[in-house]
Amino acid sequence: MSSRHFRLGFIIFLTPVLLWLLTLIVIPHIDLLIASFQAENDQGKLVFSQENYRNFFTDSVYWYTFVRTAFYSILVTVITFLLTFPLAFYITKIASKRLGGFLSMLLLLPFWVGELVSIYGWMILLRESGVINYILLGVGLLHKPVPLLYNDFSMVLGLVYMSMLFMVVPLISALESLDDSLIEAASDLGASKFTIFTRIVIPYAAPGITSGAIVVFMLVLGDYLSPNLLGGKNSLWFTEQIYNEFIASFNWNQGAAFGFLLLLLSSAIVWLGLRMSRQRLDKAVGA
Amino acid sequence: MNKRLCLGLTLLTFAATSTLMAGGTLRIITWKGYAPAELVKKFEEETGTKVKLTYSNNEEMIAKLRATRGGGFDLAQPSQDRIAGVQAKFHIYKPIDYSKIKTGQIVPSMLDAVKKNTKVGDASYAVPFCYGTSGLIVNKKAAPDAKDYSALWDPKYKGRISYRLKRPTLIATAFAMGYDPFTAYHDKAKYKEIMMAVEKKLIEAKPLVKNYWANGDQLLGMMRSGEVTVAMGWDNGGWKLHDENPDIDFVAPKSGALGWIDTFAIPARSKNVEAAYQWINFMLRPENAAYFTNKEKYGTASAKASEYLKPEIRANFERSFTKADIDNIKWYPPVPAGIEEIEGRVLDHIRAAR
Repeated sequence: MSSRHFRLGFIIFLTPVLLWLLTLIVIPHIDLLIASFQAENDQGKLVFSQENYRNFFTDSVYWYTFVRTAFYSILVTVITFLLTFPLAFYITKIASKRLGGFLSMLLLLPFWVGELVSIYGWMILLRESGVINYILLGVGLLHKPVPLLYNDFSMVLGLVYMSMLFMVVPLISALESLDDSLIEAASDLGASKFTIFTRIVIPYAAPGITSGAIVVFMLVLGDYLSPNLLGGKNSLWFTEQIYNEFIASFNWNQGAAFGFLLLLLSSAIVWLGLRMSRQRLDKAVGA
Repeated sequence: MNKRLCLGLTLLTFAATSTLMAGGTLRIITWKGYAPAELVKKFEEETGTKVKLTYSNNEEMIAKLRATRGGGFDLAQPSQDRIAGVQAKFHIYKPIDYSKIKTGQIVPSMLDAVKKNTKVGDASYAVPFCYGTSGLIVNKKAAPDAKDYSALWDPKYKGRISYRLKRPTLIATAFAMGYDPFTAYHDKAKYKEIMMAVEKKLIEAKPLVKNYWANGDQLLGMMRSGEVTVAMGWDNGGWKLHDENPDIDFVAPKSGALGWIDTFAIPARSKNVEAAYQWINFMLRPENAAYFTNKEKYGTASAKASEYLKPEIRANFERSFTKADIDNIKWYPPVPAGIEEIEGRVLDHIRAAR
């Protein structure tokens, strides 16, 4: 009786989730998949074709944009990790509980204003007539303003800024459960700080690092605003490429194909990353 | 308790959606500045219809209406050259019933041109609203010699140049290089050839560009601060800046400013056609059209608005356009299908080039 009861409840609660997945995610994706294998022939009719995928491999522009996007996404993930790990360590292990809570709160604050507003904030700071240039000129460190905005530097800066929270939260939760006595014991047994760090702290936090890295990587890869607004004339992001196909060229079939290539290639990169770090997806996501 | 909350929430949702459906709303997808807040308020008081605005551009307007097969909005404002081709292919607009338009309010030649250019089959699909040109916005103090689009690839202005990476830039470049892209519209092979040449030119010129501007405010900001001294942009932007800083002005380029007319068109699944017609007639009423033109500095299609216009509006026009410049304006002909795809490829290449 109770097991049947449980089953019924299970089904009731599962149905909305499944419906959601099916109608809003699975079906549109199937539709896009079909669209990606169609192209217009000379009469303007849609016919089955692999042309959209072929374009990606034959036109070096698309390849180049994709590789660039993937490279910068990985770079941003690494920088974000390097910046947030000491922070997470400080918050969980060194700072007092109250200070730690306060610091995590501070990390959360920028997200209350939304991505677009923070990006405009950065633009005000970085532009040639902006705050940073104004101060540097005023102090006398510079004689003429340096263009800080509209290049790869400002783009990476913006992306790292937007990703930090998504790295720091899993890191904090991973490090919080690390028993201090493990570190003390290692220290008693004569391990150097470096050894403790590489042999105990990092392996223990690995699932947290992995899940943070996956989330950040995926978010950055799929971002549109930061590369578009902060990036310069050379900073074409692959998502912008997809947007352009849909919006500017009216070529939804090509856009759909690019969308699937992005999905496939990003999955491949995550899989490769997991393989190389010998982590497992289920463990990382469950952490 | 929980049940009651649930019920309450459901009722609330119903109430919310039903007020939306009540026919009291007019959903307009338009360009920024095309529906000034004061006029919206006046219209709402006059008709009791609530106006909901979405700001967009030609490409997004078409893509959104295409995705919903002409739903989601009651009125759109595409440019006249982007209607016929799109309508023939995607059927996203309703034919305009000109008996419901106060055509006496509209400049006759402009109405005829728009009717002709938006004709698909027996019906026409748009009513003219405003017009303007694209050309150069120049800081004359810093760049006194910028008279044609070629200033956009003049090494003299390195790092102080900005333009939009969109189709007007490609067409302007083609004109400046001595081609005539508009006559090549229907010869795809020829058009492709022209665009290849344009692509080469703009890739060569890429190191000189500060950035490709994405929205009008961004460009105005950069011109104001002096970060950009030569840009391609809309005439009204140049004139707005001239009000603040007399050094900056709009310049009609030697090879011809590009003339556009923006229109009213009714999406195929518009739910409030009556209000849409009301809005069209309201916006073209001389005093309202003049208010819009005085504020935004776009030319208006309203016939009798001129008596309400401020003297600066005429002065702007006369300062930037000689008689020869006016005759030389290149008005966009309707874009045939397939052209955007060629241009899309070219834009991709320019943007990704090193």
